[in-house]
Amino acid sequence: MSHFLDRLSYFTRRREPFASGLGEVRQENRTWEEGYRLRWQHDKIVRSTHGVNCTGSCSWKIYVKGGVVTWETQQTDYPRTRPGMPNHEPRGCSRGASYSWYLYSANRLKYPMVRGRLVQAWRRARERLAPVEAWAAIMNDAGQAGGYKGMRGRGGFVRSSWEEVTEIIAAANIHTIKTYGPDRVVGFSPIPAMSMVSFASGGRYLSLIGGTMLSFYDWYCDLPPSSPQTWGEQTDVPESADWYNSAYLIAWGSNVPQTRTPDAHFFVEARYNGTKVVAITPDYSEVAKLSDLWLHPKQGTDSALAMAVGHVILREFFLDRQVPYFEDYCRRFTDLPMLVRLERQGEHWVAGRTLRASDLPDTNAGDNAEWKILAVDEATSAIVVPQGSIGYRWPKAGGGGQWNLEGRDGASRREVRLALSLIEKRDEVLPVAFPYFGNQPHERFTGNDQGGGVLVRNVPVRRVRLADGDAEVATVFDIMCAHYGLERGLGGAAAQSFADNVPYTPAWQEPITGVAADKAIALARGFAETAEKTRGRSMVIIGAGVNHWYHQDMTYRSIINFLMMCGTVGVSGGGFSHYVGQEKVRPQTGWAALTFALDWVRPPRHMAGTSFFYAHSDQWRYEKVGVEELLSPLADKRAYQGGMIDLNVRAERMGWLPSAPQLETNPLRLAAAAREAGVAVKDYVVEGLKSGRLRMASEDPDKPANFPRNLFLWRSNLFGSSGKGHEYFLRHFLGTKNGLQGKDLGEEGGQKPEEVVWRDPAPEGKLDLVVTLDFRMSTSCLYSDIVLPTATWYEKNDLNTTDMHPFIHPLSAAVDPVWESRSDWEIYKAIAECFSALAPGHLGIEQDVVLTPLQHDTPTELAQPLEVLDWKKGECDLIPGRTGPGISVVERDYPNTYRRYTALGPLMDTLGNGGKGISWNTAAEVHELGELNHLVVEEGATKGRPSIATDIDAAEVILSLAPETNGHVAAKAWEALSRITGREHRHLASAREDEKIRFYDIVAQPRKIITSPTWSGIESESVSYNASYTNVHELIPWRTLSGRQHFYQDHRWMRDFGEGFALYRPPVDTRTVAPLLGKRSNGAPEIVLNFITPHQKWGIHTTYTDNLIMLTLSRGGPIVWISETDAKAAGIADNDWIELFNLNGAITARAVVSQRVQAGMCLMYHAQEKIVNVPGSEVTGLRGGIHNSVTRTLLKPTHMVGGYAQLSYGLNYYGTVGANRDEFVIVRRMAKVDWMNEPERQAAE
Amino acid sequence: MGFGTALNEFLFGIYPYIALAVLLLGSLVRFDREPYTWKSDSSQLLRRHQMRLGSNLFHYGILVVVAGHFIGFLTPDWAIDWAISPAQHELMAMLAGGVAGLVAIVGMSILIHRRLGDPRIRNNSRKWDIAVVLLLWLQLALGLLTVPFSAMHMSGSMFEVLVTYVKGIVTFQGGVAALLLGTPIIYRVHIFVGFTIFLISPFTRMIHIWSGVGSLAYLFRPYQLVRTRRHTS
Repeated sequence: MSHFLDRLSYFTRRREPFASGLGEVRQENRTWEEGYRLRWQHDKIVRSTHGVNCTGSCSWKIYVKGGVVTWETQQTDYPRTRPGMPNHEPRGCSRGASYSWYLYSANRLKYPMVRGRLVQAWRRARERLAPVEAWAAIMNDAGQAGGYKGMRGRGGFVRSSWEEVTEIIAAANIHTIKTYGPDRVVGFSPIPAMSMVSFASGGRYLSLIGGTMLSFYDWYCDLPPSSPQTWGEQTDVPESADWYNSAYLIAWGSNVPQTRTPDAHFFVEARYNGTKVVAITPDYSEVAKLSDLWLHPKQGTDSALAMAVGHVILREFFLDRQVPYFEDYCRRFTDLPMLVRLERQGEHWVAGRTLRASDLPDTNAGDNAEWKILAVDEATSAIVVPQGSIGYRWPKAGGGGQWNLEGRDGASRREVRLALSLIEKRDEVLPVAFPYFGNQPHERFTGNDQGGGVLVRNVPVRRVRLADGDAEVATVFDIMCAHYGLERGLGGAAAQSFADNVPYTPAWQEPITGVAADKAIALARGFAETAEKTRGRSMVIIGAGVNHWYHQDMTYRSIINFLMMCGTVGVSGGGFSHYVGQEKVRPQTGWAALTFALDWVRPPRHMAGTSFFYAHSDQWRYEKVGVEELLSPLADKRAYQGGMIDLNVRAERMGWLPSAPQLETNPLRLAAAAREAGVAVKDYVVEGLKSGRLRMASEDPDKPANFPRNLFLWRSNLFGSSGKGHEYFLRHFLGTKNGLQGKDLGEEGGQKPEEVVWRDPAPEGKLDLVVTLDFRMSTSCLYSDIVLPTATWYEKNDLNTTDMHPFIHPLSAAVDPVWESRSDWEIYKAIAECFSALAPGHLGIEQDVVLTPLQHDTPTELAQPLEVLDWKKGECDLIPGRTGPGISVVERDYPNTYRRYTALGPLMDTLGNGGKGISWNTAAEVHELGELNHLVVEEGATKGRPSIATDIDAAEVILSLAPETNGHVAAKAWEALSRITGREHRHLASAREDEKIRFYDIVAQPRKIITSPTWSGIESESVSYNASYTNVHELIPWRTLSGRQHFYQDHRWMRDFGEGFALYRPPVDTRTVAPLLGKRSNGAPEIVLNFITPHQKWGIHTTYTDNLIMLTLSRGGPIVWISETDAKAAGIADNDWIELFNLNGAITARAVVSQRVQAGMCLMYHAQEKIVNVPGSEVTGLRGGIHNSVTRTLLKPTHMVGGYAQLSYGLNYYGTVGANRDEFVIVRRMAKVDWMNEPERQAAE
Repeated sequence: MGFGTALNEFLFGIYPYIALAVLLLGSLVRFDREPYTWKSDSSQLLRRHQMRLGSNLFHYGILVVVAGHFIGFLTPDWAIDWAISPAQHELMAMLAGGVAGLVAIVGMSILIHRRLGDPRIRNNSRKWDIAVVLLLWLQLALGLLTVPFSAMHMSGSMFEVLVTYVKGIVTFQGGVAALLLGTPIIYRVHIFVGFTIFLISPFTRMIHIWSGVGSLAYLFRPYQLVRTRRHTS
């Protein structure tokens, strides 16, 4: 009410003029001001956060007014940091503040939806059949099945009910399990740390029924394989606050202010602290403007620059002058003193594998001698077996206590000082050959020809007597100095000065990267001098800009090399800060137990995402990159016949990688068959595989029996932002219209794979049912068969953590899920309930045969110590868990799936809990959970077990079982580790032993987690969290072969693919441009550009760009940045519609012409949705694609290696990665912009 | 009294009071109950194209026309009789009103073209938004059409009839409707539509006219107002 009448007071109003009548004091009704006050009033504030893949994990205040979420602002109640450190606040970026738009937007999913044709068929079938039979009938009718698959992505959803959709899903799952096997039911959900309970809900359901969970971190190419290679660690990094402690900070391919916005203040504050800040990015990015020095190597050539930095540091800080801190660090904490055997190869030698205790003629190194590496004691010149190598990690019964970095000889337990170099004590100098890739021609990258692919350098060696005779050995340090081209007075080719064009000098890198040699020298000196003065406080923040390249591990390792040389790793303010796709589930061991249903059934089925999608979206059928072009010129090419898929199949067969689906036969049938045959199941499977009666499904991925059949997507946009090779997914995985331009190897007459059956025609539409849970109609939803409306981040209870800070945050329900949406926990619970109800008569208690790869952090990481042997080729016997995958028989109680889903199972009491190679008894926590969550009282299989009915119950399970959130568990975990290391670690947690963090605690205020052996840093009042801190300060070995950080990778495949040592490799040639260039002209000039997909500015990290607010701030649809030079050449003006295409597909977008971009590249921000303002493509005749439309997955063989210490599989830890930056596209102005606004006739249903 | 006379009495004797009452009370109620709907609903944010030209032409034109109507019809006789004759008065009204009306109708034509032709504006228009512009255009056209009729009676007699009628309405003199019985139909339609515009104003964006008038208060207000916390209510 405006109180208009009250304002009619002209005559009665008292006026008190002042300032000669220029002003006046009035007494009048001011209730109109309430309007403005009400605008910002609210009923309540609820703490939640954003379950987004930036994992900024920022605590937010969610405002609710009249039952409606109105807006959000940053929370400001983080516990203070210690004196001398800036506070964590403010956390939260403006993009996060736009999230509440989604709740009530037109894009919100409100009801369960089903593809029209499918639900028609279903309802017809259900009129006469029971649910499972109805699904079977639809599947058996090829016309019906093909009919709805071909409509994927083309509209035609109709509204359904929860009862109907859960019944369809459960029936499909049961039919699939019964007919093909449970491993044909597959789930994909990324980054559990975003919302752990949501991830756990689907994971738990799938693990209970025997479905396959796919990895994401490697598939996203956010996993840096160099991290497990070097440290045996998935990725452990400093919290962002530790940037402030750095004295020299390099942001390398990481656009901190744009992609790590809530953390960027530490980066800026570090400058006030006197820190030198350097940015290395090819484009003039936001981080460049913050820095003292901006270097811009040509995109994809960073490793050349990093090698030059390593060269300068080795020259000036190790050879010309010795820095005691660096030497001591490298001696104790890296593999530089370890001995490597040199192998004769023609006229020269090559670096072989590291020497093992088992090589010695007389060893008393105890068990696992093949896994104990050797070095030379400087004092006695004798060969010693230093403690800490992985052979000490898994002692046979009675052993233990020697897996530490105390610097003792394992046999005598005497303290030893390992020799870095044997140059003074050399027996002779040998010419050693190194692979060189800098001369490989690439049409669009400049090389540096050194007259061949082999460089011969002189290395000082010792001759030693081994069990198999005399051998030449050298330290890793001596070989590496030769590899870096350093002159050491040994004769032969080496760089006399930094100005020599010899690999890997600063002058050598200049033509490759375009960075002036003196800049590279200045960078190296600045970094190392600072590290010397500060004892390691030099840091590299590194990101997707580097990691998404095919040879990302070469760039990373060449950078990590100089981080290790300078003793920065494990030092506060120093080290390796990789922030890509943050995956740190702080309470990991609690979460894993819940997620993978380890309380009921072990082991779960896991699969490497990249290998899975490569095989099943049939991208291998189009492979253009040959194995031979990746091999070292020094390798024996005969050992690597076939294509990428062949190597992948071998890796799966040898137990290196997991496989899914696993066997061609339904794994539920094997136990009965074995019983019939009268042999143990395991023997039956081994014998079957050897005889060929049983086959790995991966050997014939196009056979219908081997298709993955049902796919669950949640918290994911797999077909949108994360589907590398989008158009291949559309054709083969989904079987719908696609813009693929290339032909497969069969049509092209290319070299077909050897190990894999080639089938013509290629299958289209492998998936029978795609179910996506989301809160918005994403690109993935468009291609799904069933879309389930899920709760947003302000409508559910969940947990969220990050790498970037040590706090644990809740998501909590500010309002109930709107319309008919439900939380993921409730959705999977409903599916499980329906599944259990429908199972009897189809599935009862079943024996399921599960294959598992040789896993990191388990004894099977000691599987294949010396050579690569393939049982199928007769090179060795098939021994499960040693020369091939492990084989387990597990019992699944299908009718009790729902009861098991909602109760904590007994294996927690009997087998305990653990992670990363340690385990502890957790019965006390299970008992406590029973009291906290109450016990199940219903009669049945779960009576008396702790209940997990709600999402908060599930959160309490995670918090109670994990050492990070339960002090008692932390103490137990540290004690468990002490038994292996022989050192006392409990003090790290004892101060917080009685602390238990519960769900409502973190709702009240962010809580700092408790120090746990799951992670390598500590939570303390004296240092910030920094990775490898406990390795350096507690002398806990890294979980690697040597127990130390690895410069050298001695696995046969690593050496044969030329990556024993880090070096420069040019991007691979994907060969997708030439066949189309100039062939599909629309009259506009065509240019060829490198296709780069960085993280965006106008979207909630790499996922949410369909947000109206973000679209309004940007250009309202897809955009691609190009340089002014290239734009001129192609006649493109800013904001013109352009098309980008190659053999993989086509994209339409507007051009942003900018000085920011270097010529030769274009930038398309990741994850611009296909549903927003995308016009038709002139090339495909379909609506323009998304950024993944022009990409295809490429596998790298070195990522398949397994069964070998740190090179062993772990879910999201090691495995093939989905690189995508080496791709090139043809770019041209569009002649005609067709919005394709006419409705597709077929789609009208 | 025949039906024609009765209808005439209703349309021009009673209806004007209904329209004016609705205008005043309706505006008051809306101001009081729906203060946040009190706005001009400009669509300039959606599209600037045609806005600057169309809106300016229309508003300048209509301001002159409206001011002309007020001055022309409501100025007391004694205030102008000594200066100009009714014939001169009429000529002035025809010229000034005609030119301003032409300017306004050109502007309104542009605005209508924009409102109906631009899909973005069209989709964001309520029915009343479209009705209002059409109604205003109609009224302007009718007003302009009266000019040739007036030209047939350059004596000023017709003008005097209208002035008498309007003053009669404003001063609550019954029976003035009968004056219009013999006038050309075009005048009567113009008058009817005019009062109809008053009638619908409280329900449409026309409400912003009040604010335009109200803003004149700023001319007489002290520069700085201090409102005490203690208030009278």
